[in-house]
Amino acid sequence: MKHSLGRYAVLAAIVVVVVAGWLVMAGRHTPPDGADLMRSKSSAGGAYVVSVEPEAEPVEQGPLHTWLASVKLPDGTPVVNARIGVDGGMPAHGHGLPTAPKASHAGDGVYRIEGVRFNMGGLWELRLSIDGPAGEDEVVFNIEL
Amino acid sequence: MSSISNSSHFRGRIAKAAISSVAALVLGACDPSELGPDETTKAVSLTLASLPPLPSDPTNRVAGEPRAAAFGASLFFDPALSINGEVSCGTCHKIDRQFQDDLPRGHAIGITDRRTMPLAGIAYNSWQFWDGRRDSLWAQAITPLEDIREHGGNRLFYVRLIAERYRERYEGIFGPLPDLTGLPEHAGPLGTLAEKAAWRAIPAGQQEAINTAFANIGKAIAAFERTLLPSETRFDRHVSALAAGEDPAGDAVFSALESEGLKLFIGSAGCIDCHNGPLLTDGQFHNTGVPADLANPGDRGRAGAVRQVISDPFNCLGPYSDGSQADCEELEFMVPAGEALERAFKTPSLRGVADRAPFMHAGQILTLEDAVDHYRNAPDAPSGQSELRPLDLTDRGRAALIAFLKTLGP
Repeated sequence: MKHSLGRYAVLAAIVVVVVAGWLVMAGRHTPPDGADLMRSKSSAGGAYVVSVEPEAEPVEQGPLHTWLASVKLPDGTPVVNARIGVDGGMPAHGHGLPTAPKASHAGDGVYRIEGVRFNMGGLWELRLSIDGPAGEDEVVFNIEL
Repeated sequence: MSSISNSSHFRGRIAKAAISSVAALVLGACDPSELGPDETTKAVSLTLASLPPLPSDPTNRVAGEPRAAAFGASLFFDPALSINGEVSCGTCHKIDRQFQDDLPRGHAIGITDRRTMPLAGIAYNSWQFWDGRRDSLWAQAITPLEDIREHGGNRLFYVRLIAERYRERYEGIFGPLPDLTGLPEHAGPLGTLAEKAAWRAIPAGQQEAINTAFANIGKAIAAFERTLLPSETRFDRHVSALAAGEDPAGDAVFSALESEGLKLFIGSAGCIDCHNGPLLTDGQFHNTGVPADLANPGDRGRAGAVRQVISDPFNCLGPYSDGSQADCEELEFMVPAGEALERAFKTPSLRGVADRAPFMHAGQILTLEDAVDHYRNAPDAPSGQSELRPLDLTDRGRAALIAFLKTLGP
């Protein structure tokens, strides 16, 4: 009987290891550190509400492409005269963007961010600095490729 | 007694069956030669089947013209295109050696600063040279012609040569050559002091006409180079079979070690981060802590190239480009400065890599084994910040990666 219990203990241990392994493997595709993939959020200081979307889906690895960023005040008023700076990179790899994208106002508080390239798979940050009527603020979007 | 024995025997069988099925699950999950669906997708992304059509080059109006490509091929292999009549593009870009020369640094009239790059699929690159100091294939092609260590000639010398040797073919493609009557034998903005002085004495309009003809030499060579495409490899055949749900056959069968290497390449070793896409390069610039070349220790790579490509009169925005400003996105959105450019060099394609030692931009690493060890150890960069982190790679993993890299050839 004792012998059988020992066997079951070994069996249980193997099952635990296997399940843990599956969980780790299944978890590979979720962003590390619980990074959110929200495409609409408030800027860090709460001055603006910013939504981003790529001009064309899906976002492809490699080619230059364009994102659209809608910038509003918290009350929903479009911000039409902000200066938008674009930065970003891959925090896990310690490098920035391979290009220097530029933002320009396309109208009605929507800014075109041209010249974006994600040259490898993984979690990217797209960091927008906003200098507008509610002051300077920053918002970071996580993008998983 | 009997029932106890039976019961115990039964429990034992259940336990054995459970253990063996769990063991099968463990082995199945970690079977080194099985690719999961996500891994298959990644592997397929590296195959020639994923190679998009060759992008057009609006800056070169003859890029797709077979007649220009044929003319370019003649120019590429003609040693008359050098000041001593002994050096052609094909001197370093050897046709039977993947268009490279197996040397740490190219040997032409003199010795260059960097490793000769292979040319298969080169027209897919946005940036040319290891540091991207040219933004088109045609602007690249004319640069070595005026380098004193390479072809050693000067602008007027080359246009004269075309007029004497290739007038009919040139004019059939590009129209009339400029009238060179009364001009000196040698003149150019990058040559010797005498050549520079002679160049300055040429009226601006004639200089521009010579520049146009010189650019056209590059455009013809580029049209030829656009035809140099990668060939199918064992890796392509292996993954294409897997993706089709078939068992690889013949030389497409991978050994267990090769399959493990593929899994590492697209997985935990992170090779695919930079060596991605069907050419196994992202075409971008990275500091990977490659040791300085003793012959040229101050080589800063991309950091030293940005100003050159901006000021190159033959760049996308220059007067000799056939494109419009809208075609110059790479130049427009180029990272102009910053520490990330320091000692950053373009990711080379890994197609055919095992047959192409020595490695890195000046052949600093002699063997594939040492190249993998470089990534395993991730040494500090001589300057700037290496993007590499030390790789937790077993000896078996190292051997597997090397075995896999060898499948990237015919």
